[in-house]
Amino acid sequence: MFEIYILPILIFAAVGLIAGALLTIASKVFEVKADERIEKVTDALPGINCGACGYSGCEPYAEAVVSGEAPSNLCKPGGDSTSEKISEILGTGYLDVIEHVAYVRCGGDCEATDEKYEYTGIETCNAVNRFYNGKGQCKHGCLGYGDCIDECMFDAISIQDGIAVIDSEKCTGCGMCAPACPNDLIVMKDATKVIDVKCLSTDTGKATRLNCDNGCIGCKICERKCEYDAIKVVDNLASIDYDKCTLCGVCVEVCPVKCIHNG
Amino acid sequence: MKEIMVIIISAILVDNFVLTRFLGVCPFLGVSKRNDSAFGMGIAVTFVMVAATAVTFPIYKFILEPLGLDYLRTMMFILIIALFVQIVEMAIKKKLPPLYKGLGVFLPLITTNCAVLGVTLINIDEGLGFGKAIALSFGAGLGFLLALMLFAGVRTSMQGKDIPKMFKGVPATLIAAAIVSLAFMGFGGIV
Repeated sequence: MFEIYILPILIFAAVGLIAGALLTIASKVFEVKADERIEKVTDALPGINCGACGYSGCEPYAEAVVSGEAPSNLCKPGGDSTSEKISEILGTGYLDVIEHVAYVRCGGDCEATDEKYEYTGIETCNAVNRFYNGKGQCKHGCLGYGDCIDECMFDAISIQDGIAVIDSEKCTGCGMCAPACPNDLIVMKDATKVIDVKCLSTDTGKATRLNCDNGCIGCKICERKCEYDAIKVVDNLASIDYDKCTLCGVCVEVCPVKCIHNG
Repeated sequence: MKEIMVIIISAILVDNFVLTRFLGVCPFLGVSKRNDSAFGMGIAVTFVMVAATAVTFPIYKFILEPLGLDYLRTMMFILIIALFVQIVEMAIKKKLPPLYKGLGVFLPLITTNCAVLGVTLINIDEGLGFGKAIALSFGAGLGFLLALMLFAGVRTSMQGKDIPKMFKGVPATLIAAAIVSLAFMGFGGIV
């Protein structure tokens, strides 16, 4: 009786007890003193772990702020109020949060471009992208199944006319949607820099023109007309240098395909 | 002494736990992205293997086996492995915070790493003595470290290479792992 039923339990309990005792000692020896401000800063942050600050979540960012590695104004979803709270906790000066907003670099809506085949598979961008780079004629364009919508916690993205559209009122600039796009069409940009090229096609002008009426054909008219040397055409695609851009809007007017948008 | 050396060498090269016996493949693929975390993981696993064998072997020989409680060994071994993993985790968290972050979830996952439980059970099943059992665990740990470091090197040099689109990511990693494993087949049968 004792040997069959009780002894195994006793042996197991004894080993468990010894293990527990050893772990208790080890936890005292290897104790890590956590700074209590880290907890306070973590509480002040929104806690959605979006990663817009460049850290893997709210807690790592809180650690970085407390240790002085990171400034207190990186939390974009939290905005100015969070920055204010953090600066109060740490006793540092208040820093204004630079507002960011998501921007979809594709203007190929249903009127401008066509489908190259009829797709009946799983209805996600990720799936359709595996068949000849999507069903749209342009392989760089918005795939239109809204993988980004599923990522957005603020209900700021919708599909209109076959392309993703961001509601800049609702968008907090957290950047969760950007990795969801298989074609990397969504960029996070400074909300005040409203002028942008709504195309990401690096095909030649002729190929782009055949695929889509709204695509950048790389004609370089914008590059020549820009007085501030802020717009450059690389690989048949115009891109704007926001350090030089003064938002004058000349490029928006001269673009023959109207792929540079103001807001 | 010669026998001990043979056991260690054969555990590292001929019967490499990861590349020949297919044990512990999950951290092998998971923590081999960077050289430094691969090294840390290899050392942590080696320590856990040797320490766990040093405790499980006497417990089995002097307590479980004489009392006819063989059936308890899996549970008992897991308990002891978990104890050492927990201690290693605390030590790394305290002494090497960057490594702690780099290893992430794979550090507590050593608890259920089949290579660790595998080595303690193989020691018993092959009927080795205490010294040889320790040698086998040490060799197995070094073999794991070698496999991880080799594969981390392979993956580092794969970065930024023009891999065909359909192979990008996990498929390319698995193919690379297969080729590294193929290389180890060359050691088969020398000991």
